[in-house]
Amino acid sequence: MFANGAAPRRVVVTGMGIASPLGLGVEHVWKRLVAGESGISAIQSFDTKDLPAKIAGQVPSGTRETGGLDLAEWIPVKDQKKMDRFIQLALVAAQEAVEDSGWTPEDEEGRCATGVMIGSGIGGLQTIYEASQVVASGRTKRLSPFFIPSALINLASGHVSIRYGFKGPNHSAVTACATGVHALGDAARLIAFGDADVMVAGGAEAAVSELGMAGFCASRALSTAFNDTPQQASRPWDEGRDGFVMGEGAGVMVLEEYEHAKKRGAKIYAEVIGYGMSGDAYHITAPSETGDGAFRSMRAALKSAGVTPAEVQYVNAHGTSTPLGDDLELGAVERLWGEDAKGLAMSSTKSAIGHLLGAAGAVEGIFSVLAIRDKVAPPTLNLEKASRESAIDRVAKVAQERKIQVALSNSFGFGGTNASIVFRAAP
Amino acid sequence: MSDTAEKVKKIVVEHLGVEEAKVTEDASFIDDLGADSLDTVELVMAFEEAFGVEIPDDAAEKITTVKDAIAYIESQKAA
Repeated sequence: MFANGAAPRRVVVTGMGIASPLGLGVEHVWKRLVAGESGISAIQSFDTKDLPAKIAGQVPSGTRETGGLDLAEWIPVKDQKKMDRFIQLALVAAQEAVEDSGWTPEDEEGRCATGVMIGSGIGGLQTIYEASQVVASGRTKRLSPFFIPSALINLASGHVSIRYGFKGPNHSAVTACATGVHALGDAARLIAFGDADVMVAGGAEAAVSELGMAGFCASRALSTAFNDTPQQASRPWDEGRDGFVMGEGAGVMVLEEYEHAKKRGAKIYAEVIGYGMSGDAYHITAPSETGDGAFRSMRAALKSAGVTPAEVQYVNAHGTSTPLGDDLELGAVERLWGEDAKGLAMSSTKSAIGHLLGAAGAVEGIFSVLAIRDKVAPPTLNLEKASRESAIDRVAKVAQERKIQVALSNSFGFGGTNASIVFRAAP
Repeated sequence: MSDTAEKVKKIVVEHLGVEEAKVTEDASFIDDLGADSLDTVELVMAFEEAFGVEIPDDAAEKITTVKDAIAYIESQKAA
């Protein structure tokens, strides 16, 4: 690596797009998030009578103008059936991000220098579920030819590349709930290493389905005590928390080599300055008892960023609202920040949108960038009484104006996979 | 237009998302109606389902136009 004498290159964010339980469109979603609104509601699209968890963060219907989803505005009807919902949501977020970036390469060189890295934690779960019913009912010959390409995780990247003609690296991260951060971080590295000048990167998830909900219920991961008051269910660090709330959506960023962005006069939101990863080597679903994996992931990210903990003003926590995970992450941040924990703001935006699994890290990365842009730490909803005290300000219930220059975002996944990414104000 | 022709055209319009006027009997699924090879596989499955006929792969390969589909289905129904 770098045997050709090339040096790593700087990477900036020049476009962003979101489909989330708070709606569509980065500015619309951000405004609602900062205002303390919640996107969690009762599930209506299928029968939840056999499920202990009956609520989720679902992308609202509507029009693009009103911040809701009408698929026909984004994807031709005949193509919709060729892709699972996670791919549809990826295309929606990617379109916003690409339009926002203004990057539409007219020549072959530009297209070949532009890649895509959109991952998913689970992929086309509903598609697989429906296809297995066709086979189980003895109608194997009736299986759609689009079944496999509809379900495959890397087809989100595939569809985005086909739509825009982006012929650079085409890749997908698949690391459960750490997918989004891994996608952004790995894509940034591809640019830093010279594999691409521009990467369309992020995550997408659509597991708010009977099978998806049943699966996470079976692993005892979901909140079940707030079915009648959905907006109170996701309550990171609060003593009443009892599990995460499933969410769906997609987050996509256009990442770009700094000089490339400057040369074309692109709007630059922020710089990606650091990325770190670690493995727990501990348990398939539980975080390591000491929070050591989270600690090493953040430490590696700060090291690659070349900043000290004191230089970070905001952390967007993984903070899923599970009894075990929230305080372990808090402990890891306290340990790494030490005395500097006192000046730090850390919030969990999952309190408003739920846990978007493979899309979480990408959407929360966007929130971290906006926290830097607007100098605002978004709130942790429902944090009434923390299960334990901390010197860290967890931005309970109301957003705070803060002098945020550098922000770190965490995502941790089943299997003991951890990733952290660091953004700094535009250079 | 026969019942079969009408039904075939309706299926083509639905599955390929094309305007009805474009679905002439001479129209080729791939060349004129924007289908790819997977679209045609799905289209043949839709014909099988709608008309209760079986279209084996070697016969399906020869169905490239609206007219081909109508002719094949009518031959099967007559048999």
